[in-house]
Amino acid sequence: MLSPTDPMIDIVDLCKRFTKGKETITIFDGLNLAIPRGDFVAVMGPSGSGKTTLLNLLGGIDRSDAGGIEVAGERLDRLSESELSRWRASHIGFIFQFYNLMPMLTAAQNVELPLLLTRLGRKERRQRVETALGVVGLADRVKHYPKEMSGGQQQRVAIARAIVSDPALLLCDEPTGDLDRATADEVLSILQVLNRDLGKTIVMVTHDPAAAQYAKRSLHLDKGHFIEKELAA
Amino acid sequence: MNDLILIRKNLFRRKLRAILMMVSILIAFAIFGVLASFERAFNAGQDRATPDRLVVTNKISFTQPLPISYYNRVAAVDGVAQITHFSWFGGYYQEPRNFLVAFAVDPENWMKLRDSDFVFSPEARAAFIRERTGVLVGARMMEKWGWKVGDHIPISSNIWSQKNRSHAWDFIIVGSFSARIPQADTNVMLMGYDYFNETRSFGKDLISWLSLRTTSVAANERVTNAIDGMFANSPYETTTDSEKAFNKAFAAQLGNIALIVELVVGAAFVTILMIVGNTMVMTVRERTREIGVLKTLGFSGGRILRMVLGESILLALLGGLPGLGVALLLITRVRDSLMSFVPTLSLYPDIAAAAVGLMVVFGIITGLVPALNAMRLNIVTALGRS
Repeated sequence: MLSPTDPMIDIVDLCKRFTKGKETITIFDGLNLAIPRGDFVAVMGPSGSGKTTLLNLLGGIDRSDAGGIEVAGERLDRLSESELSRWRASHIGFIFQFYNLMPMLTAAQNVELPLLLTRLGRKERRQRVETALGVVGLADRVKHYPKEMSGGQQQRVAIARAIVSDPALLLCDEPTGDLDRATADEVLSILQVLNRDLGKTIVMVTHDPAAAQYAKRSLHLDKGHFIEKELAA
Repeated sequence: MNDLILIRKNLFRRKLRAILMMVSILIAFAIFGVLASFERAFNAGQDRATPDRLVVTNKISFTQPLPISYYNRVAAVDGVAQITHFSWFGGYYQEPRNFLVAFAVDPENWMKLRDSDFVFSPEARAAFIRERTGVLVGARMMEKWGWKVGDHIPISSNIWSQKNRSHAWDFIIVGSFSARIPQADTNVMLMGYDYFNETRSFGKDLISWLSLRTTSVAANERVTNAIDGMFANSPYETTTDSEKAFNKAFAAQLGNIALIVELVVGAAFVTILMIVGNTMVMTVRERTREIGVLKTLGFSGGRILRMVLGESILLALLGGLPGLGVALLLITRVRDSLMSFVPTLSLYPDIAAAAVGLMVVFGIITGLVPALNAMRLNIVTALGRS
């Protein structure tokens, strides 16, 4: 069980390598990182610096080669695939650059998807979906399909999907990379509210310095190592 | 929402493709339903055959006659419990196209032998034995022509003629009978051999074949050898075989239906299996990213596998069940006109059940490869995040 003083993320001596043909590329070699609960961290860095790989490792969709990754009190490197699936369903909310909504489902059905993995009844699921869509300001778009919504609205549906099962950690991969400035600011404001008012821990990968301004702090990843920069809240 | 809705939505995300696949499957199962029903109808005789019944025919062919004198000689063979004889009448009603299955038989012994297949009322039984010009007509034939007991009906033969050169016999319907077992065909007419034999202009004292029941199945081989041995080297040598083999040979006149069914259905199935299987693989491949997203949300590999399999099974059922409906419609339409040739033609419940089972198997086979691919899909690869 996670105590309030425990870090949400605790990475110790993390190693990750990729093999491409005969070449082995080292992404991380002894990376250490601790992110406390309730933090909002922007991870920046040049392409190929390992930002997305870090997010994949934190979300339990990729495996490390060595070292320990503890997220929300769980050692991910010790979980099996099925245990990781269950863990992701209850602890992690993912937000992608290209929204990744199911085109044949309405906004409400897209948001409901993670709840199909719970034991909640239909009525309770509907209430949660309405609440999540209300949080992102899309209560009136319940029956709209993704193709009937703008990019910003789709990303807000994706945020609602990420928070509907009330996960402790949100992992965002370039959440505003496909949006114009004004829409990006709306989306980032929502993330800020989720962090400030609902206590969600957020790790956001971004190339955009303006987006990083919404985070409490920014970590610059370069050649597998962090350089931290504090930002004004 | 639930998994079923998700499966349905996935299936119909490209409506035209889904409908075309369903039509392919519909055709396959319509073919299956019709051909399997025909096969069953053609082989109904084999299904109703009982193991202790033997048939004695001319060794050259069952279309060649045997002398009536064989009747008493075979009846005297040790191990023969009951015996009767049949003579093919080749009848029709009013016009040659109104073909009738009609035999001249020894009334009393025929009814004794077929008591396990048909239900005879005591009145019908007595009248058929008593009335020389009487015929016993099965319930389906009575229904088909709207006949009733007591009717005088002129029945012609496309083989036989009377001594006065007429091809028509005037019979009285003295009774009817119904089926005791589902496979027993009541689209048949029986007349007394004595009257037929006395009035026909040629072929006197000849019969088509003998049908007998042995005292036990164990006696079959001994009885067979005794009968065929008794008539060896005579002008009318015999072949004695089980009723099942005889019925099979009778049905084989129309070709090896079972083989045709297997080849046609097999070819249709393999072709459609490949088309649908290939389309399913493409469909799932198009959804690689979405499957990656579902896994990211926490859907396990096993659940993804079940969803893809569920989709292919649903597709098979949505195509196959209407296909069975089409088969039923076709059979219902042609049944009356083919009643004389394939009287028991029907889409039986067990054929429908087998078809539904086949649909599920079809769905599993076409969905298995894409389902396994989806289950094993690496999330990082699926999302293009490596």
